[in-house]
Amino acid sequence: MVDLVKPKRKKQTKQARGVSRRTALSGLGGAAALGILPGFTRYAQAQSSAPIKIGFQVHRTGIGAAYGRWYDRTTKAAAKLINESGGINGRPVEIVTEDDGTDPKRGAEVVEKFATQHGADVAFGTLFSHVVIGSAPRAGELKIPYFVVSEGHHVASGMLNRYTLQPCITDVKSQVQSMAPWVASNLGKKVTMIYPDFAFGHDHRDYFSAAMAAQGGEVIGKIAVPPTESSYFKYFPKIPRGTEVLYHVMVGPGVLTFVKEMGEFFGDQRPEIFGFIDSLEAVSINSPGLEFLEGSYFWEANPRYAQAASTKFDAFYRAKVGVDASGASIDDPKDISTYSHMFGCWETLHFIKQGMESAGYRGPGDRAKLIEAVEDIAAMAESQAHPQGAKIFNGKTHQVFGHQYISQVGDGKLNVVHKTAIEDGFYKDEVDYTSQPL
Amino acid sequence: MRSLRVNKAVTLHLGAIGVLFALQFVLPDYHHVNLARVMVLAGFAMAYNISFGYTGLLSLGHAMFFAAGLYAAGLMARFAGVGAEGGLILGVIAGLAMAVAVGLLALRTTGVSFMIVTLMFAQAAFLTIFYFGEYTRGDEGFIIPSGLRTLFGFSLVEPATRYLVALSLFALCVAVSHGIARSSVGRVLAAIRENEERTRMLGYNVFLYKLAALAISGAMSGAAGAAYGFLFGYVGATFASIQYSIFPLLWVLMGGAATVLGPFAGTLLMFYLVDISSAYTSANMLIVGLALIGLILFFPKGILGTIRERAAPWLP
Repeated sequence: MVDLVKPKRKKQTKQARGVSRRTALSGLGGAAALGILPGFTRYAQAQSSAPIKIGFQVHRTGIGAAYGRWYDRTTKAAAKLINESGGINGRPVEIVTEDDGTDPKRGAEVVEKFATQHGADVAFGTLFSHVVIGSAPRAGELKIPYFVVSEGHHVASGMLNRYTLQPCITDVKSQVQSMAPWVASNLGKKVTMIYPDFAFGHDHRDYFSAAMAAQGGEVIGKIAVPPTESSYFKYFPKIPRGTEVLYHVMVGPGVLTFVKEMGEFFGDQRPEIFGFIDSLEAVSINSPGLEFLEGSYFWEANPRYAQAASTKFDAFYRAKVGVDASGASIDDPKDISTYSHMFGCWETLHFIKQGMESAGYRGPGDRAKLIEAVEDIAAMAESQAHPQGAKIFNGKTHQVFGHQYISQVGDGKLNVVHKTAIEDGFYKDEVDYTSQPL
Repeated sequence: MRSLRVNKAVTLHLGAIGVLFALQFVLPDYHHVNLARVMVLAGFAMAYNISFGYTGLLSLGHAMFFAAGLYAAGLMARFAGVGAEGGLILGVIAGLAMAVAVGLLALRTTGVSFMIVTLMFAQAAFLTIFYFGEYTRGDEGFIIPSGLRTLFGFSLVEPATRYLVALSLFALCVAVSHGIARSSVGRVLAAIRENEERTRMLGYNVFLYKLAALAISGAMSGAAGAAYGFLFGYVGATFASIQYSIFPLLWVLMGGAATVLGPFAGTLLMFYLVDISSAYTSANMLIVGLALIGLILFFPKGILGTIRERAAPWLP
């Protein structure tokens, strides 16, 4: 469970270290700057009005490019809004964008570039777990706060470090755990899972199996599909008889083929179908071949189609990021957004703003203070800053918890049928990052 | 005359290592860490150069040797707490063993068939990482804990240590490449590259020489993989993908096949081409492609290869 009452703790101080090459050079450089510049006070004043630089690591190329395009638009819209309302601590926000190529090696280089070349105050962004995991060690070594919008369980698992946080998008463990009670109660207790045979799919398999068992249900079939697969016919006969619910979480360009072939296999005699919207992010639900999904259910983090119950905050957010009521770009109805993920960028920028203002952040020297300040943020109310909904941040595990949505496909739309409570996604802490030195 | 050439070559290589040593004191942080990264990857490229540049074995599967070292070191660190000292040795052994195993089968083929067979073996190795996802975390990969990233008590997280370790690996790879290029074995490898049948007719066991070249190449690739894991803290399946089999080929082609320092020049150039062009356009690989076309048109033997042909025939 998440501790809502924060225990008081001793402020961590920088570890005592010997004089390194960098320390010596920066010391000499600092001394030189003090000697040359016409008064240190003037320098400090100039610094105080300089922009806050936020390094934005984005999938512009590679397999994550469809997500990256919308992450980019959302980030720019959020930065514009923050600047229009006075910036952060009265300073404008400047987004410095670098393409990580959806590649972990380049991701690490990009984080290094933010910290050492662009002089960014913090790094933020990116979705794919392997890029986050490849980049996080460098963020920790460079002591630059790294706010990720990735959905993986890697942050809360304790694998990463104190400088890496996931403050505004829930992780897969929390998501599937929240889904299981509704699936068991409404669709059936005997589930067969079809998932990609890589870490993301394995997380679904393991966490959903455990969550279903806790509901008195059972995963009777686990069908892993290799990432290189392009046809799925041979996997459907492996679905055990007695399957009441088929759980699918296929991602990548093969998803349309997957759904089409699944429809041809089952015809009218299909079990209940429950999927994760990750399969169809940036894809129209009305695409040819997806007719078979009519009546099936999807997890959504943020409902793509505006609902009767949608808040004014969601309407405001849609308008600002340029998305219409059906989740498509206002400028191009064929350009479908990644609505269940991109809100994380909007909210994370606002979270950074809240943290910096709480810490009285002035520059990179205050990065440790910033980490401590954001670790102390516990609750986020539903608002313009958090249009997806209220959230609870666990400062120990650096992971946020929030509402999840279950939607049913009907009349070519996704209609919300269930909203989970934040508490449904809570699980036992697996790490306490606050015990690590800053 | 020959000793003069050798002296010039040794001087050039020692000079290059000396310049790289000196650069650590003046380079800004970003270039400092990336030069360390480039030196490690150049070790991988030099390994590729031994099989492709000197022996003429065009492999499309070298990522499996790099990944063998990376995963041998990473998994032993993750599950057995083995540090960098043991990890680097394990990396070399893993790369060597995989190269010998693959070589025994793949070297029964030549030319295009060899390319396809190595590509298939590499794909099998890539999928094996996914198959054992419980241990490897598949595509997502895992992190080597910073506490284990030490070499003889020195933390590899420290930029200065990281740079010196990368430079040491690079210097070792230069020494091996130089040694092979100047040895009688190297001349036999070049003979195999130029005319395999004639070399066989002269009485050399061509299969054994090619296997030895591939084994040395695999061991160096494994060392680079293990070093990469310990220096940068991440182990992931991306490094076993086809992309990382193509990269060393491109680096070697850009820098100059069968030159000792060419792979380093190619790796460095490619890094900065991507780094600089990505600041201006998302079509950065298009720019890399255009640069490659330009190189092939004006430097058909790569940068150092063309310099050797036109101006410095002594260049190793």
